[in-house]
Amino acid sequence: MEEVSTEEKALTFLKEKFGGEILNVDSPYDFLTVTLKPEKIITIIKSLYDEQGFQYLTTLCGVHYPDQKSIVILYQLHNLKLNKRIRLKIPLPEDKPSVPTLTTVFPAANWMERETYDFFGVNFEGHPNLIRILNVEEMIIFPMRKEYPLEDQVREDKNDQMFGR
Amino acid sequence: MEQNINTSALTDIPAKEEKQYSYLNLGPTHPATHGIFQNVLKMDGEIIVEATPTIGYIHRAFEKLAEHRPFYQITPITDRMNYCSSPINNMGWHMTVEKLLKIEIPKRAQYIRVIIMELARIADHIICNTIIGQDVGATTGFLYLFQYRERIYEIYEEICGARLTTNIGRIGGLERNVSQKAWDKLDQWLIDFPKAFAEFSGLLERNRIFMDRTIGCGGISAERALAYSFSGPNLRAAGVDYDVRAMNPYSSYEEFDFIIPVGTQGDTYDRFMVRQQEMHESLKIIRQALEKIKKEPSDVFRADVPEYVLPPKEEVYNDMEALIYHFKNIMGETEIPKGEVYHAVEGGNGELGFYLISDGGRKPYRLHFRRPCFIFYQAYPEMIKGSMLSDAIITMSSMNVIAGELDS
Repeated sequence: MEEVSTEEKALTFLKEKFGGEILNVDSPYDFLTVTLKPEKIITIIKSLYDEQGFQYLTTLCGVHYPDQKSIVILYQLHNLKLNKRIRLKIPLPEDKPSVPTLTTVFPAANWMERETYDFFGVNFEGHPNLIRILNVEEMIIFPMRKEYPLEDQVREDKNDQMFGR
Repeated sequence: MEQNINTSALTDIPAKEEKQYSYLNLGPTHPATHGIFQNVLKMDGEIIVEATPTIGYIHRAFEKLAEHRPFYQITPITDRMNYCSSPINNMGWHMTVEKLLKIEIPKRAQYIRVIIMELARIADHIICNTIIGQDVGATTGFLYLFQYRERIYEIYEEICGARLTTNIGRIGGLERNVSQKAWDKLDQWLIDFPKAFAEFSGLLERNRIFMDRTIGCGGISAERALAYSFSGPNLRAAGVDYDVRAMNPYSSYEEFDFIIPVGTQGDTYDRFMVRQQEMHESLKIIRQALEKIKKEPSDVFRADVPEYVLPPKEEVYNDMEALIYHFKNIMGETEIPKGEVYHAVEGGNGELGFYLISDGGRKPYRLHFRRPCFIFYQAYPEMIKGSMLSDAIITMSSMNVIAGELDS
């Protein structure tokens, strides 16, 4: 008898319930990754939490893709009982990234979202305390976006071009 | 703002005495916080009503830095996250890259890694547990066990030349073979440490004063701990047996026989006891690994991946191939596959995850560190609400929040 794996179950569940929301399904290095439209993301995570047992938020972070003019937010959820993980990705527009907050489902998302706001400028609607967390409050940029260089580019005492920095 | 409320009807009722709160800055550089942590406490006498943590005092932009460095240069960055157990961070990062490159590591190198990682875990737990003792006024244990932590550092020194920020190992295994002197030191340490550890346990584990002080202090329920994404000893103290080593084994952990200690209350005493037990388990794992290593060929310490490891200087000057690999490494001409990897290891205080996106370049396109401290420290205000100031101190030290990891 062939058992249906939890990942497949979760994927079928997503396809049945939120088929219209799925943009792409992939499994790089055996990690189920589903790209979704951002609108219903909280409802989707809530139903994964309630019905599929993904009750542990492992990671929440952002990735900037300047070529596609988008900032991708990714959520990694973990089903601790069956030991299965799922990664959800939502692409947001680069100029005004905004998504509802996940703190309603996971209190742990609080600081992770603040960190993502701090580094990428993503607005998490309804977040209880969306202020910078690691950087200074006076900062006006979102430093993890690709357009901001690592160092002050007007420095003349250093030439690292050969070494790719 | 003026309010249009008719107060005349209320004049008979005596005005309620308004509570006077005082505000206290705990930190950022208070010796009792063991690191740079600031908490603005709203206090009612000695009871904490509200706490507001401020973090980021030693933020060093590791994720941004990592986007500008080749893979092998990221290892020293990981040292500086949880600096109490940096070998685990180093090896976690190496394993992430190996996963991306799909490199198979020889068994002997995996066992050596297990030994070093378990030594690091013991060093990490020694710091945490002795500091709890220190904070409740039992300085003896702290000074006593730190000698043995020092000797762990001497073993690191024999293996890689560094003590605190180790940069131990390389992608594919270790930089060089472990010397006989290091094995001897380890053997001697394995004889001496359990004795000292037993004495330390005797000092605190069933000590009535210590138990009265720590039981019921800074507790958290399993449900809340999971909601806050706790991991590591802090989660296990609350009663959830989630351990990355057992659940998603890496580096041959599936071959070892060890138990995962769990607590029930999630309070300071349980966290202390879980760490104590874990040290016993780590000793068990080290002994098993030493047995297993004897059956492996003694000259293997790294997979054959010269294109990702800097060759020794001697060979660079005398050997054509080594010179080529040296050049390729420095100039970044090695091929790295495109891909997206998440790898987690059981760090000193929880699930330490590396989320790596590679676009085929010599540097990561994006590297995110899942830092357990950063995630569970946000539950701290909830855990100390309504407790005394001195309880807040030991709650923090028993959570083992490491500033370097918190701020990345």
